[in-house]
Amino acid sequence: MTQVSSRVADDVRFVAKADYLKTLTALRDEGFEMCVDLTAVDYLTHPGRNIAPEVLGQIVLERFEVVVNLLSLSQRRRVRLRMQIAESDTVIDSAFDLYPGTEAMEREVFDMFGIKFNGHPDLTRILMPEDWQGHPLRKDYGAGNIPVQFKGAAS
Amino acid sequence: MTATENIVESQDAVITAAGTNEGRQELQLRKDVSAKEILRGSGAVLRMSESEVAALAGTQSEDQTMIINMGPQHPSTHGVLRLMLELNGETVLRCKPVIGYLHTGMEKTGESLTFMQGGTNVTRMDYASPLNNELVFAMTTEKLLGIDQDIPERAVWIRMLLSELNRISSHLLFMATNGMDIGAVSMMLYGFREREEVLRFFQKVTGLRMNHNFIRPGGVAADLPAGWRDEVLNLLDALPARLAEYEILMTGQPIWRERLQGVGVITRDEAIALSATGPILRSTGLSWDLRRDMPYLRYDKVEFDVIIGSYGDAFDRYSIRLNEIRESMRIVRQVLDAMPQGDYRIQDKKVTPPPRGRIDESMEALIHHFKIFTEGFKVPEGEAYVAIESPRGEIACYIASDGSATPYRMHVRAPSFINIQTMPLMMRGGLVADAVAVISSVDPVLGEVDR
Repeated sequence: MTQVSSRVADDVRFVAKADYLKTLTALRDEGFEMCVDLTAVDYLTHPGRNIAPEVLGQIVLERFEVVVNLLSLSQRRRVRLRMQIAESDTVIDSAFDLYPGTEAMEREVFDMFGIKFNGHPDLTRILMPEDWQGHPLRKDYGAGNIPVQFKGAAS
Repeated sequence: MTATENIVESQDAVITAAGTNEGRQELQLRKDVSAKEILRGSGAVLRMSESEVAALAGTQSEDQTMIINMGPQHPSTHGVLRLMLELNGETVLRCKPVIGYLHTGMEKTGESLTFMQGGTNVTRMDYASPLNNELVFAMTTEKLLGIDQDIPERAVWIRMLLSELNRISSHLLFMATNGMDIGAVSMMLYGFREREEVLRFFQKVTGLRMNHNFIRPGGVAADLPAGWRDEVLNLLDALPARLAEYEILMTGQPIWRERLQGVGVITRDEAIALSATGPILRSTGLSWDLRRDMPYLRYDKVEFDVIIGSYGDAFDRYSIRLNEIRESMRIVRQVLDAMPQGDYRIQDKKVTPPPRGRIDESMEALIHHFKIFTEGFKVPEGEAYVAIESPRGEIACYIASDGSATPYRMHVRAPSFINIQTMPLMMRGGLVADAVAVISSVDPVLGEVDR
């Protein structure tokens, strides 16, 4: 785990995917009671993202990034974790057992990015229809390229 | 084969044909789920005890219970929220919210709008408190630009004024819908009447009743109009008497208390575990308000109390919101006294278009004006997360920028989306009529849930 002091002075940490749950457990014991937000970013067309190498350490930047914001109510403090998810292996452990509040957020990330959460109790699409194809917030999704189909027209 | 099974089979066929394997979003029949799944499912770890689950799974025969749909078209579900309830008679055993009916891909849309235009997008998410959405988007953009400390004082105080008035209007809307849901139908008229007064002020200031796009990166779109102070004072003078009416109509009324007290109870640990914020968290007795605990704007310069409840029930959430209106009025009075003179937007040529007068006399100003509105301004690479207290809880904006004029990724942490997760817990074991009270007390805005 590597500590960052970014220009905008948030507490941001890059965490290896394998250490994700271990780090979450440690942080929860440290007093971060609430997982306030969980989202993801698809860095397909912006792979570099301008991060100093000493900040990254051993971490290799990948296409997807899961971003978790934890909040400590007792210490009035926030921390942000960034986990790299490779395109070839879009699976990460679910934080559900530590923070049940991540249930809907993980489902949303799955729906929008196709990142699977290992151990999530009900990993189904949440915002899109269940028979929807593709994951809309991916950069190669091609919004606007969906062919409009008219009733009875030969496709 | 029964009719239900037929439907289930045909749904499965559709899903397989589409090439996805995610499965069905709906609440599953009891015979299809194991005890472990119920325990960890939509009735999560902290939401149901193991003994309760053991009693639920398998043992009970399916014909004693039934799964019914409440919504998406139901007057008490505040928009297009669909709840699947498993009922045993009148008692709710399990509940699963099914959402997405209002999903319009606003986060995706946000990626193709410039930072200048982004406000028009985010303001439509939580349509009951649009100014708070704009505020959090503007603050995140400013943080990325590194100008968050340079916003002129007057702009900051105008933002606070509007944010608090918006909190008042949002809570008044809650009073209206909550009253209607519980059966105090005249309350709906009163709530909307008072809210309209606030919206009329917004119209005078921003030009629109809703979806203002008034708070923009760098400040606000325009200065307050002449006579704004009297308008606000009229509002502040009129409201206390109306709130006293609400107290007579609802707070002290036995039927109202019977309908809300002890209904939809949530404990502090449960609320924290389910990431609930806002009045839901405060109703459990935890004093947490970002305005006081992680101050933004100039909330550290004003005096106000954080209202908390003690039972975590629907009545607490009702009275918290009612009293938060009073606290917001207190803040607004202080804002009136403290409102400084000066610029209403930052004089940074990069983000601020030249004033109208300059366009007539200077070609460069015209070009600058044109470019800023067509191309927008570039925002340095990086990512930022800014959270503020909206009437529903913590609303936050996460923006990743790649150095261009549009956000690379724009995510809004919508409080209603997260708070909806508390519904299955609050409804369990209650009556269907109480479920209505629970939905109402969570006060979800579906535009924000589905984005």
